[in-house]
Amino acid sequence: MNVTIVDYNSGNISSVINSFKEVAQDKVNIEVTSDLNKIKSSDKVVLPGQGSFKSCVDALNIINGLSDTLNEFAIMNKKPLLGICVGLQMFADVGYEETETKGLGWISGKVAKIDNQNGKYKLPHIGWNQINIVKDSKIFKDVENNSHMYFVHSYEFIPNDKSVISATTDYSSNIVCSVEKENIFGTQFHPEKSDKIGLKIIDNFINL
Amino acid sequence: MLKNRIIPCLDVKNGRVVKGINFVDLKDAGDPVEQAKIYSDGGADEICFLDITASNENRDIIYEVVEKTSKKCFVPLTVGGGIRSVEDINKLLNCGADKVSINTAAVENSKVVVDSSKKFGSQCIVVAIDAKKNGDKWEVFTHGGRNNSGIDALEYAKKMEENGAGELLVTSMDRDGTQVGYDIDLMSKISSKVNIPVIASGGVGNLDHLVDGIKLGKASAVLAASIFHYGKHSVKEAKEYLDSKGIPVRI
Repeated sequence: MNVTIVDYNSGNISSVINSFKEVAQDKVNIEVTSDLNKIKSSDKVVLPGQGSFKSCVDALNIINGLSDTLNEFAIMNKKPLLGICVGLQMFADVGYEETETKGLGWISGKVAKIDNQNGKYKLPHIGWNQINIVKDSKIFKDVENNSHMYFVHSYEFIPNDKSVISATTDYSSNIVCSVEKENIFGTQFHPEKSDKIGLKIIDNFINL
Repeated sequence: MLKNRIIPCLDVKNGRVVKGINFVDLKDAGDPVEQAKIYSDGGADEICFLDITASNENRDIIYEVVEKTSKKCFVPLTVGGGIRSVEDINKLLNCGADKVSINTAAVENSKVVVDSSKKFGSQCIVVAIDAKKNGDKWEVFTHGGRNNSGIDALEYAKKMEENGAGELLVTSMDRDGTQVGYDIDLMSKISSKVNIPVIASGGVGNLDHLVDGIKLGKASAVLAASIFHYGKHSVKEAKEYLDSKGIPVRI
């Protein structure tokens, strides 16, 4: 099996690579590339993302044909894809970080700044927070409710259809921190930095 | 609920831990990779390396250390010490650091903070402030505490937030190494001034000091070195103690 981590200059992805390689060992081949043919032929795709919504969308669009290839992979061919952090946020129709920016439009909704309630909540939301699992998601197999995950973000994904939400976390409000829509998965937290329980989520995705 | 973080810090010189854990089960007491792994297995919320390598020739060694550590530790890794440029930051991130902590370069050229937070995102840019009390204010020091910039620490903290820092690592130079506790006044003033998380550092001698840093100093995270060295306290003990005092921690 081939799992491809999409390398589109979206910031620091070395931790994502390290964690997937740790979980995969020799059983699964982990590719790190933006090569369209390799993405097309892989079994699963990981879409990481750091920095701003706009910078990630821009970086994705600079690579000719990448967003079409991802669209073909996830929407037309319905193969498993995992978005992490801004990778998840880009599933939305639109994001409002820096300036209004069009997303991939895979899961209808928007990405907006977390309400800090006049400074009551510090932003970025950095650190370990518990997840409240609201839907049985395949990537949460053997992951207990209220497990701690590592977060670092200032913006949140607000999907229109609440049935895609698989987990939320409590910070200022109930922030959506995991989604599952058919073959598309996303986590706002960083499984690659969430210790053993995070690696379990990666393992679940690899073994889908 | 967001938990308060406990961050053990290791001083690394020429690729070896200078002050470190002196546990009996440790094969090599000077190996940063092995020590970082012990901390992360013990429940550390993040790991911090401070590179105190003096000579420029040996600077590259830290990259190798970071690369090896990031393949073993799956909690966030922050690396500070000697970072001068956006290119230095790029190299550390590529080696597997999750965040970098910038000190002197941020004072001398704030463009480094602006440019790097734009390029890599605020989430990985920590500005480290070494502050020393002078009268009724605190001044920012650079070059490992050797040079006084004369800059007011509170104003500087606000400016660094505006420049794109994602977190501030605030060290009281008056308290550092004394084991008498954090400078609570400094921590709470800076924490109230900015809307980004503050990591308290400098002066921890016992577990009550960690409690004070969070409760009174309003810090989001507490960094400590010496109490975790030589097995005086484990990270697990520290977390259980904080939990018993009603502070939310990840256990």
